[in-house]
Amino acid sequence: MGIETEYGITLPGFSEANPTTLSTHIVQGYARAVLDEALWRTRWDYYTEMPLRDARGFDLSMADADPSMLTNAEGEFANIVLTNGARLYVDHAHPEYSAPETVSPRDAALYDAAGVRIMERAAAAVGPFGDRHSIQLYKNNTDNKGASYGTHENFLVQRAVPFSDLIAYLTPFFITRQLFTGSGRVGLGQIGDTPGYQLTQRADYFEAEVGLETTMRRPIINTRDEPHADPAQWRRLHVITGDANVSQFATWLKMGTLATVLSMIENGIELPRFEIEDPVIEMRAVSHDTRMQRGIRLVGGSTVTALDVQRAYIAAAQTALTDNTDAETRDIVREWALVIEDLAVDPARCADRLDWVAKRQLLDGYRVREQLPWDAPRLQLIDLQYSDVREGKGLGNLMTARGSLRRLFTDAEIERAMAEPPRETRAYFRGQVIRRYPKQIAAASWDSVVFDLPGSTSLSRVPILDPLRGTAELTESLFEDSPTAARLLDNLTK
Amino acid sequence: MANREQSERSAASQKREEQVVDIAAATAIRTNELDALLDEIDGVLETNAEEFVRSYVQKGGE
Repeated sequence: MGIETEYGITLPGFSEANPTTLSTHIVQGYARAVLDEALWRTRWDYYTEMPLRDARGFDLSMADADPSMLTNAEGEFANIVLTNGARLYVDHAHPEYSAPETVSPRDAALYDAAGVRIMERAAAAVGPFGDRHSIQLYKNNTDNKGASYGTHENFLVQRAVPFSDLIAYLTPFFITRQLFTGSGRVGLGQIGDTPGYQLTQRADYFEAEVGLETTMRRPIINTRDEPHADPAQWRRLHVITGDANVSQFATWLKMGTLATVLSMIENGIELPRFEIEDPVIEMRAVSHDTRMQRGIRLVGGSTVTALDVQRAYIAAAQTALTDNTDAETRDIVREWALVIEDLAVDPARCADRLDWVAKRQLLDGYRVREQLPWDAPRLQLIDLQYSDVREGKGLGNLMTARGSLRRLFTDAEIERAMAEPPRETRAYFRGQVIRRYPKQIAAASWDSVVFDLPGSTSLSRVPILDPLRGTAELTESLFEDSPTAARLLDNLTK
Repeated sequence: MANREQSERSAASQKREEQVVDIAAATAIRTNELDALLDEIDGVLETNAEEFVRSYVQKGGE
């Protein structure tokens, strides 16, 4: 699993700045700050044709021809692979950090937190433009003027699971999990023109139930299916309904609960069935209902609250626990139930865990102290600055630093995750080759690394199609025996 | 018997009063914490909120 996040980007005092160019500066700035010069312009390997052939002699001009490359303002490849196995690149008009693949929700949240710190470091590395300001980055999902950009969760799901099951069980889950995944938003409607407060950044931008698009007519269930793995065995569930969370706990709970629900679906465990009459309307209505009292209309005419839908999923998860259930899943189910019951008693109880509640607390503080209406620019600023990636400036970061928001990771852990890959997936292999053999890497992607060896006339492509291989356990000693990339390839083919 | 009921009742009501005091104290602590937090935030908020928010314009993504 893993989270990809597009960050909001701005150069204060210079609104004419091209966001794609700014994003390119961010990616290049970080590359120059932390990577070997040979890697500043690493190619992303777009060669994803299946099945895997031996791709020795792979022609890079194919990558050059990819039209997605043309989005780049300066013709450079603002698209790099980091030593922690992540991808940092320009996606449309935003810098995007795609975290390395992880096995546990806790690691997914850790590598997401590392991404925030990487963005902060990148903006600092670029520095101010002359006497102007520096680029500022935001971990949010809307500018409140009609634009929304995504935070996408990705999960490998067994191909054998019928997609109709995913739609049936995930639609009610996604609509009601907003209770704890929301980062809070000042303003209702796509351009935020109705004063008020809602649970999530994203809800107002969903216009369809199921579909392939992510930029127009956004669907609650996204059908994009590039598994970057054996497609006969896996599909990649690409989840676009989530908010960018600042709270480490909320990020962990978001990933952990979905992992738990998916594992129940995969294992054929009986889940509650809620057939929601109009999912798109309910998506927004749940987000707008900060009192959490509203009845969601089901097919047949009955209604159910979002809290009760979550309770039903929790009950199923509790029933599914066995002696063999791992410790983290137990933690997830316990914390999930606690959050839902705390919300039911008084949302303020969750101010230490959930972004929408923590942000609400700040906003209410200002509303009371300064008698501000919901459309006051100061409240909109607090909404925005809550997600500022900087340690001393982002309000969510400040709350984490002073312990108002619960911390899951120490600074040292986050710092390590910025540089070192997770050990339990192929991200380990990707990160290690980037770190160890920077001058011999021609390109890399989720499922491949392309080597350019000295003295060789062709490139050597190493597929890493299985996300659960290339782990530390399987390759650590291989790397120790391979002082050079050439030796690594020799050792791999032995 | 009546006396015992009375003393039980008064014990219960005393307990309730203590709880009310506890909740008020907890709320006061929370309020103090929040005040301290708001003061800290005052020091880091971007100046000219209206202009700052207005010029934060993004292109869509995803």
